[in-house]
Amino acid sequence: MVSLNPIRILKNEAEEEKAEVARMSSFIGAIAIGDLVKSTLGPKGMDKILVSYGRNAGQVEVTNDGATILKSVGVDNPAAKILVDMSKVQDEEVGDGTTSVTVLAAELLREAEKLVEQKLHPQTIIVGWRIAVDAARQALADTSFDHDNNMNDAAFRVDLENIARTTLSSKILSNHKEHFTKLAVDAVLRLKGSGNLKAIQIIKISGGLLEESFLDEGFLLNKKVGVHQPKRIENANILIANTPMDTDKIKVFGSTIKVDSMAKIAELEVAEKEKMKDKVNKILSHKCNVFINRQLIYNYPEQLFADAGVMAIEHADFDGIERLALVTGGEIVSTFDSPEKVKLGHCKVIEQVLIGDECLIRFSGVELGSACTIVIRGATQQVIDEAERSLHDALCVLAATVKEPKVVFGGGASEMLMAEAVSRAAARTAGKEAAAVEAFAVALRRLPAAVADNAGYDSAELIARLRAHHAQADSTMGLDMENGRVGDMKKLGITESYVVKRQVLLSAAEAAEVILRVDNILKAAPRRRGPDRRPC
Amino acid sequence: MSMFPGTVAFDEFGRPFIILRDQENQKRLTGIDALKSHIQAARQIASILRTSLGPRGLDKMMVSSDGEVTVTNDGATILKLMDVEHQIGKLMVQLAQSQDDEIGDGTTGVVVLAGALLEQASNLIDKGIHPIRIADGFEMAAAAALTHLDGISEAFPVNKNTRENLIKVAMTTLGSKVVVKCHRLMAEIAVDAILSVADLEKRDVNFELIKVEGKVGGRMEDSMLVRGVVIDKTMSHPQMPKVLKDVKLAILTCAFEPPKPKTKHKLHVGSAEEYRDLRKYEHEKFLEMVKRVKDAGANLAICQWGFDDEANHLLLAEQLPAVRWVGGPEMELIAIATGGRIVPRFEELTPDKLGSCGLVRELTFGTSKDEMLVIEQCSNSRAVTVLVRGGNRMIVEEAKRSVHDALCIVRSLVQDSRVVYGGGAAEVSCSLAVARAADKLSSLDQYSYRAFADALESVPLALAENSGLSPIDTLSEVKARQAAENNSNLGVDCMGHGSNDMKAMNVIESLHSKKQQIALATQLVKMILKIDDVRSPADGIQ
Repeated sequence: MVSLNPIRILKNEAEEEKAEVARMSSFIGAIAIGDLVKSTLGPKGMDKILVSYGRNAGQVEVTNDGATILKSVGVDNPAAKILVDMSKVQDEEVGDGTTSVTVLAAELLREAEKLVEQKLHPQTIIVGWRIAVDAARQALADTSFDHDNNMNDAAFRVDLENIARTTLSSKILSNHKEHFTKLAVDAVLRLKGSGNLKAIQIIKISGGLLEESFLDEGFLLNKKVGVHQPKRIENANILIANTPMDTDKIKVFGSTIKVDSMAKIAELEVAEKEKMKDKVNKILSHKCNVFINRQLIYNYPEQLFADAGVMAIEHADFDGIERLALVTGGEIVSTFDSPEKVKLGHCKVIEQVLIGDECLIRFSGVELGSACTIVIRGATQQVIDEAERSLHDALCVLAATVKEPKVVFGGGASEMLMAEAVSRAAARTAGKEAAAVEAFAVALRRLPAAVADNAGYDSAELIARLRAHHAQADSTMGLDMENGRVGDMKKLGITESYVVKRQVLLSAAEAAEVILRVDNILKAAPRRRGPDRRPC
Repeated sequence: MSMFPGTVAFDEFGRPFIILRDQENQKRLTGIDALKSHIQAARQIASILRTSLGPRGLDKMMVSSDGEVTVTNDGATILKLMDVEHQIGKLMVQLAQSQDDEIGDGTTGVVVLAGALLEQASNLIDKGIHPIRIADGFEMAAAAALTHLDGISEAFPVNKNTRENLIKVAMTTLGSKVVVKCHRLMAEIAVDAILSVADLEKRDVNFELIKVEGKVGGRMEDSMLVRGVVIDKTMSHPQMPKVLKDVKLAILTCAFEPPKPKTKHKLHVGSAEEYRDLRKYEHEKFLEMVKRVKDAGANLAICQWGFDDEANHLLLAEQLPAVRWVGGPEMELIAIATGGRIVPRFEELTPDKLGSCGLVRELTFGTSKDEMLVIEQCSNSRAVTVLVRGGNRMIVEEAKRSVHDALCIVRSLVQDSRVVYGGGAAEVSCSLAVARAADKLSSLDQYSYRAFADALESVPLALAENSGLSPIDTLSEVKARQAAENNSNLGVDCMGHGSNDMKAMNVIESLHSKKQQIALATQLVKMILKIDDVRSPADGIQ
């Protein structure tokens, strides 16, 4: 009779969700994540407070950045995890559009849920979506316009400023967007098309106002000069090093020091000091007048440097060192036996400057003029952190645009345009895939609707108007969120990077497809962990 | 517990004595009960995989015990990640595993077939046929099916000129996976990878030479085949050159660090003199190490271990680019590709042990600056790397598995170039053949034969079901046409192309893979049918 009992093939706590249940659970998870970040979309989107737990319990973060929010919420639903992962990748790849990509994927799944209820096979929906993605991508590529290469710098700058302004307008910086737009564009233009964001350093100093943030043409290092050393050096020759300047330890394995009298200890100490002094002398023989070390410098060598009139800076972190090497054109040195082979870095003036109450070292007149530093000031740590994130987004987008100088119109114009193209494709499609294609268009239209909703306007009215405009091939019409009406994006100068938009479309469709293809969720029994007794 | 035979016996005075003690602490299943329970467990597993079969099969989402998510369509992976506890379940997992190891594809099919065979066996047991007779009958039926497969197989020549055909085969395999978006590209990558590695004379493909590397980010269209080795590392010093030409590589498994004797030792420094000596020795050691590499003529050092900062800078000063912390398998791959020798000591480094290649360059991805080194134009051009890109980690992982499947199927064609047609065509044809053979048998085995024939139909049935077709209708139509036209190429039209001729649609599977599926499934079923007693601790089965 035992055979009639249900047989459990999985482990005790392992779970299995089948067909409809599985699908429902992934739809619900994905839609919940989409709704979570939806309210941050657009220029009038709201921010979220994130309170961390664990080691930095109680720390508060205020942000509008989709990727940052999703990174911190800690989801359990597997489908939601896929969306979080996707937004992280979007952040890494193009830097912006993290919220849009999540919302679009969630909206696609919301539409898919309805279709599945109508007994459409998920594979059929996927086929429809692929048709839709192709149509949307084509429409986006057709509408994107290139900066002409022979276009003058001023016009190019205006374009970049437009893009930066669109990106920044959805962030906390929107009140100061003119100021920050200028900062970001200046910084990116200084890179001269290399797109190497490493050369842009962002320093955050609390205090002051957001408007007081500024761009420094040189390089700022948040470190102090050793005592009794020159505070200002002109025509500096900089030696950038990564070497221990405490007591140089013997690296031969297993060596210990064993002495039998006090006198010998003294001798050893002298030998040690001698070793250090040798090292300092070797360093000095490079004819440098500034010495910057990644590791710390002990008092004794510091004093030696002071005697020689050399500025010595200790504890410059690794990023700082690499950036300095990049900016001043020197190389990172660890041995000092062959001065002729070492390339020193150069800059015109090194001096200490006071920003707020922080003392920084400024390297101005650096060889590679491409680097710069942006100093962000702000009332609270949260404001500064958010400002940094927003600025990072803007910089990423600008760098991407400089590399592939194609732009599309923002304010929902390109979404509506894609939706229109997808709808047309739906009308042409024979077979039941057409329903899925149409659903894709509906999901695309939800994005501008969310932007309007967040600003407190009547989204149904606005979207309907917008649709009418687009149906008459007015493809530059979008949402003017300042005035709450439909406006011409070309006149308003609201543009976005084509690369970002394309990535949003592709990633969202890809992730939604992965989730839709699932018909069974198998969860392993959670690993048992001992109670966490670490002090926090 | 006295219901089990053999636990209690009686002596001549009628007093009972117990032969097997502590039966209350054990759970025991015997006879038909045991069989039925096993069959049910196996069928449960098969039913989970059933919906993943075929080009329109759906995926499974697996959550590991640490909460990590995997989305996959690959039978072996699903079973591997499933937290199976039931003993028969574990057998099924191993079944898929061995198909995966042997062929690499058709793992779902083999489990579905085994499930169907067991279902049929259960019916036969109800009819009162002894399990051993059933097992024997299945064995003979399988043999008949295999012979029939040989008969309907067709030759499929593999050489450099048949690339196009191979691509079509690879596309069939990839048809059921998430990568269909860039179907053709992935298939081309797989075929090119195999063709450049394959030894067509010996009909052998060394999988060690193909590495499938995934990198999150970018689009799937950016995936590519690198004719060389890709390592997920960068130059050890940021200022070393990013592109090297005509490279001589020193492949080292020793660290750029002061030597560490293996025997335990203690070094005492007793005086200032000794301290100075030691310091000098240390310095010289570094210089010597770099010099040896340089003297051998190398202009790139690949090292399995780390370097000291000092050594790192010396390398830079001597203009000797180096890569550190390269993993063991990559080291081997580099050695094979560049024709170099792995050198365990600096003393043994000689010019003839160096590898050589034409180009080493750094690839950069995305805004967060991920870098990888590519070693190309190697002296032994047979080592290749497939670099898979994709939107997120799950897609990359799944794409990697799919590429692996495609590689496997192409490899099996290189090894044995006979093919049968997919889409259930081969199964239907075998089923017909076995059913015909059943009629000629006079013994009890004809029941097993018929059951076997029915079980074979489960694959086309599942295919039709997953594709949204009416399963029985489709199957009976295909069967009727196969019997009437005597054409073994007719299968289930999963993609809605409007034709059942699998040859025209290029739905091809290798004969070897198909035979293996049938043989493995039959073997497992035989084994399960022979179990009649299971003992386990009482709380083992619930």
